[in-house]
Amino acid sequence: MQRLVISALSGGLFGAGLLVSGMTDTTKVQGWLDVFGAWDPTLAFVLGGAILPMLVAWHLTTKRAVSLVGEPFPSKPDPRLGHNLVIGSVLFGAGWGLVGLCPGPAIASLSWGGTGGIVFILAMIGGMLAAPPIRVQVDRLAAI
Amino acid sequence: MIQTDWIWGLVGGLMIGTAAAIYLLGNGRIMGASGIIGGLVDRSGLNTWAERIVFLAALVVVPALMLPLYNVEVSTNITTNLGLVVAGGLLVGIGTRLANGCTSGHGVCGISRFSLRGMVATVFYLLAGGITMVLFRHVLGVI
Repeated sequence: MQRLVISALSGGLFGAGLLVSGMTDTTKVQGWLDVFGAWDPTLAFVLGGAILPMLVAWHLTTKRAVSLVGEPFPSKPDPRLGHNLVIGSVLFGAGWGLVGLCPGPAIASLSWGGTGGIVFILAMIGGMLAAPPIRVQVDRLAAI
Repeated sequence: MIQTDWIWGLVGGLMIGTAAAIYLLGNGRIMGASGIIGGLVDRSGLNTWAERIVFLAALVVVPALMLPLYNVEVSTNITTNLGLVVAGGLLVGIGTRLANGCTSGHGVCGISRFSLRGMVATVFYLLAGGITMVLFRHVLGVI
């Protein structure tokens, strides 16, 4: 039960923050990525603002043995980069630029995003379903 | 001159980071939107399905309840070109699963723990997004 309450608090605050920050407005996101056009620096404030509480949170994980619900904290980050990280991030960035939505804001704006928003989410789910076989092919090509 | 949008960006960003901190310190997990959705989609995270559903439900409902606070109509301003919407959605879905993270997981949660993977992912998706804007806005003029 405690896990669910924490999930609801976190998801709700995440959604509120995405709306307040402007991340659900595709023109602001594309404005941020459009360095050679009418550049909009708002997203730098969003990312900077989001990193600050997490710097504190990661520091606190070193002071405690387990999380509030008793689960261990995530293990140390994997130092290996790999081709999937790079290829995946490039594909994600291209899609993010084309439409101006990333996964969090796409879900957060479901209630007011209209048909376009719903189509985006369905296509994103389709892409997630297609990812495992694509990963197999990418790994095969990378091994050559 | 600091613009109002930048202040709202900072305030919203602090809220996003606090949400991620609650998820980490509370549940011991990294708040990554693509991972939370993707684990349900490809069934790899079905053992934690309830907290994923609750997280996503709150993510939809809370901003919906806040809309009346705005005296202007809130819009995503998403393109009406559905071909672009489908292409973008597919790329975001495939890309975030291959890279195992998106803006929230790699960007917010990864950079704040100085994860090399998070920082490299962020550099590449920002670069790809920037190049996409150059190509599709300034060269082709379709977005």
